[in-house]
Amino acid sequence: MVASAVIQPRDVQDVSDAILDGARKGEALEVRGGGSKQGIGCGGRAVRCLDLAGYRGVIDYAPSELVITARAGTPLAEIEALIADEDQMLSFEPMDYGPLSGAPPGRATLGGVVAANTSGSRRIASGAARDHFLGFQAVSGRGEAFRAGGRVMKNVTGYDLPKLMAGSWGTLAVLTEVTMKVMPRPRTAATLLIAGLTDRAAAAAMSRAVGSSAVVTGAAHVPAHLARLLPVHTLAAAGTSVTALRVEGFGPSVTVRLESLMVLCSKLGDIAVSDETDTRALWRFLRDAGPLAGDDRPLWRISVAPSDGWKVPAALGNVAADWFFDWAGGLIWLAVPSTSDASAPLVRGAVAQLGGHATLVRAPLSVRNAIGSFPPQLPGVAALCQRVKSMFDPNDLLNPGRMSAPIPAA
Amino acid sequence: MSLKMPEPDRDVLARRTEIVAALRAIVPGEGVIADPDALCAYESDGLTAYRQTPLVVVLPETTDQVSRILRWSSEHNVKVVPRGSGTSLSGGALPLEDAVLLGMSRFNRVLEVDYPNRVAVVQPGVTNLAITEAVREQGFYYAPDPSSQIACSIGGNVAENAGGVHCLKYGLTTNNVLGVEFVLMSGEVVRIGGKGLDSAGYDLLGVIVGSEGMLGVVTEVTVRILPAPAAAQALLIGFSSVEDAGRCVSAVIAEGIIPAGMEMMDRLAIHAAEAFVAAGYPLNVDALLIVELDGPPAECEHLIETVSAIARRSNATTISASRNDEERLAFWAGRKAAFPAVGRISPDYYCMDGTIPRHALAEVLARMREMSESYGLRVANVFHAGDGNLHPLILYDANRPGELEQAESFGADILRLCVQVGGVLTGEHGVGVEKRDLMPVMFTRIDLAHQQLLKCAFDPGLLLNPGKVFPTLHRCAELGRMHVHAGRLPHPDLPRY
Repeated sequence: MVASAVIQPRDVQDVSDAILDGARKGEALEVRGGGSKQGIGCGGRAVRCLDLAGYRGVIDYAPSELVITARAGTPLAEIEALIADEDQMLSFEPMDYGPLSGAPPGRATLGGVVAANTSGSRRIASGAARDHFLGFQAVSGRGEAFRAGGRVMKNVTGYDLPKLMAGSWGTLAVLTEVTMKVMPRPRTAATLLIAGLTDRAAAAAMSRAVGSSAVVTGAAHVPAHLARLLPVHTLAAAGTSVTALRVEGFGPSVTVRLESLMVLCSKLGDIAVSDETDTRALWRFLRDAGPLAGDDRPLWRISVAPSDGWKVPAALGNVAADWFFDWAGGLIWLAVPSTSDASAPLVRGAVAQLGGHATLVRAPLSVRNAIGSFPPQLPGVAALCQRVKSMFDPNDLLNPGRMSAPIPAA
Repeated sequence: MSLKMPEPDRDVLARRTEIVAALRAIVPGEGVIADPDALCAYESDGLTAYRQTPLVVVLPETTDQVSRILRWSSEHNVKVVPRGSGTSLSGGALPLEDAVLLGMSRFNRVLEVDYPNRVAVVQPGVTNLAITEAVREQGFYYAPDPSSQIACSIGGNVAENAGGVHCLKYGLTTNNVLGVEFVLMSGEVVRIGGKGLDSAGYDLLGVIVGSEGMLGVVTEVTVRILPAPAAAQALLIGFSSVEDAGRCVSAVIAEGIIPAGMEMMDRLAIHAAEAFVAAGYPLNVDALLIVELDGPPAECEHLIETVSAIARRSNATTISASRNDEERLAFWAGRKAAFPAVGRISPDYYCMDGTIPRHALAEVLARMREMSESYGLRVANVFHAGDGNLHPLILYDANRPGELEQAESFGADILRLCVQVGGVLTGEHGVGVEKRDLMPVMFTRIDLAHQQLLKCAFDPGLLLNPGKVFPTLHRCAELGRMHVHAGRLPHPDLPRY
């Protein structure tokens, strides 16, 4: 998206004015935070950019209430540093999309994290941004400021509009203020590494581990070709695939959880243990799709039932692809050769067969505009989403086209 | 009934025979209940102060039947109220005189348990506890555990976003549902989510959960099941003041501990519970905390020690740790029986459900004591202490003229107080009809209009469960006009300072 004029709102009224002005002139707005996810979605007809990056600052943070409220443009890094001082974290482990599209790290804002429903490897245990998003203030495409949700942990007063905003990519309303749940940071962490498993065997191992009472908070599998990039010292030299299982918590707990995983996995292959420091580095790398961040091939982010993940690359035939798995196999990061369609028919076909969906998170704009970034939807769901959009943004002013579904091949 | 429900549609009442016949053509046999005596069983849910005999009850067995019922009703402008097990405490399933009551109790099968993906696919009439029972042998369970879990249905849990004592650590219904099939009022069947973790497009799943049966009728639910923790242990901690108990809760969280459950009871609740189940609660305390810790035995032991030390620092007067599961369950027995226990010391009680920031607990309880005196009604408190969800139980006698109204008025004052200190009207019971008219305390007209925009996207004719949640349900066309449109802006050229 390329919008020429930039509006930097100072307050909620400015946001409302910008939308009303856009409505009057028929000019759409590109809603932007730090710009770390600009490489995702289709380009629209936005004329002006509504830049929230300056609309920042923590409004309220009471560590013992496990809740933080901040303006939408507040950098994620600032939030994370502030709560880390109190030994707390955003437990959904939001990834940083920036480096995938060549942007510097650390540009994400809290509003952007929510708007994209970001998550990380801990998704299997703690959910995504949606699961920690308690309340907000926003200005809808109607130009009106409104609030929903609350500033407490448990609330069912009215419809759960925070869920609707999470993952709507700024197409329904412009978030101005966001309240998130925070959680204590685990005191320590460790990772069990297993060498040499095939994709299929790794899927089974991850499933057993996550289904055990060890409470695994990260389960990833990296095939041999990419495993050499991992920041682990013990097994990386072996030249084999690496399957990683993370446990976190208090010291005594991590020790026994790790032991139970070792019993579960010892017969599967060579095993090794990553200490806390290596564990933090490894999962940060995996969270940010590190193994595939360093090139510019089209990159798909695919979500399927965890036990089906290994079948996706297997269905691609002789396409020269690279991939690795997170979420116990339920998330596949898949890089494909640079072509005009990013192998979309093949990838989407394979994923559709398994009942999952694929989002193109890295590709030139021309490719994204040609095939659509976001996954196609069943007609009934698509129609419902369209009705929601037309209710909240009747004039199609906010990020028009960004989430548009792929255009079927002629 | 002091509550104003939408004026019944005379035309629909007059067409009752035709409506019953149409429903019988869709659901044969005993699936349509029109006999006035039999209809009485459906006249209220868990909020028994409000009663209304429905026009007719229909109990479909298949998604196709649900779809045909809704399509026919939609085409003939007949309202529909969905109902699960009828345990709602906010009147979410309260019938309407001119509406079909759509009971989902026959959707009672567990369709699939998929252990490798840790999900269960169930029909909405399956009870909450039955899910856990279906997977327990393999060492799994379904985490959200509302206290009505023996009876309440998972479909109702989805509609109300039910919580329970374990939701601080394991989340509410919304965090444990991965997919649903539901039917729109138009009859269209929609499937969203599934066994994967992310769903595509807008998070429609997230808004269906907690929509109080007003957006669609859920016909299938895919839930996440979790491996059961290897062990669980509980602490029973007494304090001579609520303030000390509150400080202890904050200190536990500051230590980085998220207990599986952390419940507080005040003096009246403690005494009522002890008199009822003899759980072994200390009676010379003003506040009692139950803290449950789970995980591998080594972790439980470590955390029990840590929390006990925190409790001692917070001036606890008594501390006991459960030595086995029997003792742990005994600790919980009093808390779980708190509502019926209060029912024994008073002819009637009215259960409230606000959430407050925890730091405001002492202030809220003090203000509540003042209100209790001025209303002349006693109040007992049980409190999900970890997440700030407060359940004041107002004791009254419905046989004394005016006392129900007094209790309701007291309850409304408590909820206003919750909002005033930064909290919300309902933590887990839902708005329903009970808190409907209090919504403007928490939300502006514009806030509520934006919630209703969602309703209009799903049910533009406003035929599904009307009269709930919104104090005023605007016609969808009217709602659109209330708002700004291009070219018709209010004072677009006025300068702003």
